[in-house]
Amino acid sequence: MKHVLIATVAAAAMLVGCSVAHAECGIAAGHVSILSNDFDALRVLAAAAKDCASPTVTVTANQTAAHKNLQVPALTANPAEYTVAFVANNSISPLLNAGLIQPLDALIAKYGQDLLPNQFIKVDGKTVAIAFDANSQHLFYRKDIFEKAGLAAPKSYEDVLAAAKVIKDKGLLAYPLAAADKPGWDLGAEFVNMYLGYGGAFFDASSAKLAINNDKGLATLKMMKDLTQYMAPDFLSYDADEMKAVYMSGKVAMMDGWGSYAGAVIDPKGPDPEVAANTVLAAAPTVGGGATPAASLWWDGFAIARNISDADAEASFRAMMHAVRPETATTHPDSAPWLIKGFKPGAAAVGVIATATAGAKAYPMLPYMGLLHTALSNEIGGYLQGNKDAPKTLADIESAYDAAATQGGYLKD
Amino acid sequence: MPHKTFLAFILPSALAMLLFIALPIGSVAVQSLFVEHTKVLRKVQSCTPFSCTEDVQVDEQATAALQRQEPLGSFNGLGTYTDRAHLAFAEIAAILGSNAGVNDIIDRIYNLPFYRALVFTLAYTFVVTPLAMLLGFAIALAVNAVPGFVKGPVIFFSLLPMIITPLVGSLMVYWMINADGVIGASLQTLFHDPKLYLKASPLLTWIVIFLYGIWTNGPFSFVVFYAGLQMLPLDTLESAMIDGASRWERIRFVVIPYLAPLATFVALVQLMDNFRVFEPIVGFNSQASATSLSYAIFNDLNGQFSQLFGSAAATSMLTIVGVVMLLLPVLVRTWREFNRKAA
Repeated sequence: MKHVLIATVAAAAMLVGCSVAHAECGIAAGHVSILSNDFDALRVLAAAAKDCASPTVTVTANQTAAHKNLQVPALTANPAEYTVAFVANNSISPLLNAGLIQPLDALIAKYGQDLLPNQFIKVDGKTVAIAFDANSQHLFYRKDIFEKAGLAAPKSYEDVLAAAKVIKDKGLLAYPLAAADKPGWDLGAEFVNMYLGYGGAFFDASSAKLAINNDKGLATLKMMKDLTQYMAPDFLSYDADEMKAVYMSGKVAMMDGWGSYAGAVIDPKGPDPEVAANTVLAAAPTVGGGATPAASLWWDGFAIARNISDADAEASFRAMMHAVRPETATTHPDSAPWLIKGFKPGAAAVGVIATATAGAKAYPMLPYMGLLHTALSNEIGGYLQGNKDAPKTLADIESAYDAAATQGGYLKD
Repeated sequence: MPHKTFLAFILPSALAMLLFIALPIGSVAVQSLFVEHTKVLRKVQSCTPFSCTEDVQVDEQATAALQRQEPLGSFNGLGTYTDRAHLAFAEIAAILGSNAGVNDIIDRIYNLPFYRALVFTLAYTFVVTPLAMLLGFAIALAVNAVPGFVKGPVIFFSLLPMIITPLVGSLMVYWMINADGVIGASLQTLFHDPKLYLKASPLLTWIVIFLYGIWTNGPFSFVVFYAGLQMLPLDTLESAMIDGASRWERIRFVVIPYLAPLATFVALVQLMDNFRVFEPIVGFNSQASATSLSYAIFNDLNGQFSQLFGSAAATSMLTIVGVVMLLLPVLVRTWREFNRKAA
């Protein structure tokens, strides 16, 4: 009798468990497959979406840094290989260009009660993606070193230069600064940040014609070069992760690091607790007397593929709604500066939030921005090495971009 | 051999070559003549969590219609080959038209991406190939002279650089030459120069990549030369010894002439290998100081989010032309030797 009782209770518990899982996501049937980049916040969301798996609902995720090479071919297939693509400012462009993602307005009206209006990524009035977190580069600095040098918190890049000089002259550190100046991706991003800080526009308002060959472009290059005099001589080989490693080893006092790894840098269980405890996360500095932080704001979000059945689209959207529900943000406050409703920013998010509230600009969501980014990365290295002057560098960036944009069909000869 | 038998004999390999070599190259050649069709752009308002802006987006339907008309893209002829990212005819004409002397010409041409990549690629090929062959030959002679019981382990260790994946090998060396790494830190102490950063100056970066290339390419030459040494005519060597030839004279007058045809073969393979140098550039993060033709292709295909297939195809074709030009002297020599033997 006892055994029967236990078995019944267990069966009932299982039933309840199943129905709870169902009730949570409310999906009857369908396939959900996610293609995404690979970092902490996205792993949290993919894991949360997998809660929705049931005998009738499959949820799979491919999380890889190579997502950008996969997304267009995989979503072009009919039916698409993935139903959900995690995207950001730049990676959404190729999907929009080819019309591979679907408008979400109808699904939002049905299932999107928990979303905030500022999570909607809209193009031409239609919601094409839902953002769930924000990211940006901002200032990380060591308050212990600043105290020793008798310095105040830097607010502008001019302050950063002055502080670096004092720290170096007082012999506190040989190379007080670090930046991600590796040609490839990072160097281009540094230019974009600084140029936005000077209030520059990258393109003509209505075409793909480049518009950086101006005083703001020259000032941007000059500031980038002035900063390098306080960096280790091999600054051109540092990408964002290597910069983080150098900072965490305590060799530099300031860096323009990413908000997405702020949590790891200030983690007291990290490699050097002293560095972690003394790190201040601050807004990205302004530059040239402007009020805008020299940074670009990024969002991460998800989009739903166009070439899938309506049932799968609905299942995918509901699984993602489950993933981005408020509890995800409250259980993982340090994974990202979430844009999700009810999120109370943790210690790691203050830098990004300070940068955003100070009015930093978003990284442009333009179809040809990637081509400019590549041209910037390829051409600025020679300038920072001292092989060419700033006007020549801007002219080189322009010709490199023109060649690529002609190849890509955005400009005509 | 009767023609028919000969034909039947080579037919499978000829077919395979057509299928796996000629066809892909042909497709790349065709691709290099096209660029993406003109994208139809329209102004839209786009909103992100941070702000709403007037933006430009691609009109996907109008563009898709164009794409259906021209699936290959729009025909550009040799335009891609002559643009700034490749042979840069217009830029070179401008440089030759107005300049401040030879140094200025060299500086400005070197600033063009294709020529910058070409100069490093050629320098790498012509420095690394002979030195790696010399190293391989020296190791082969040394291994041949060590007593039998240590030969196995010695051969194994000599082959290690070839066993390691090039990218992994270059990353290992990269971390060692880092200012905190064992080599970088030792050099700083040795020269009493805390500003000595091997990754900082283009010249030092070049030298490090060359040394890495010699290290990683040596074993191939070693294997081939070592095999050649096993088949040396012992009686010729013995008679040279009886005539009182020293070890060096035996190498100079018996071993080297005997291994010369092998050296031609090794040079051929190594020239081709080194001309497509790629991994060390990625491994050493050296894009700012050294890029190669293969890296340029990779860069086009691994862009931010869009691939420039036409541009990559044009660079590939130029690389093939480069390899053919490089191998021409060796091929001509082999052809002449073959004819001489036949005569």
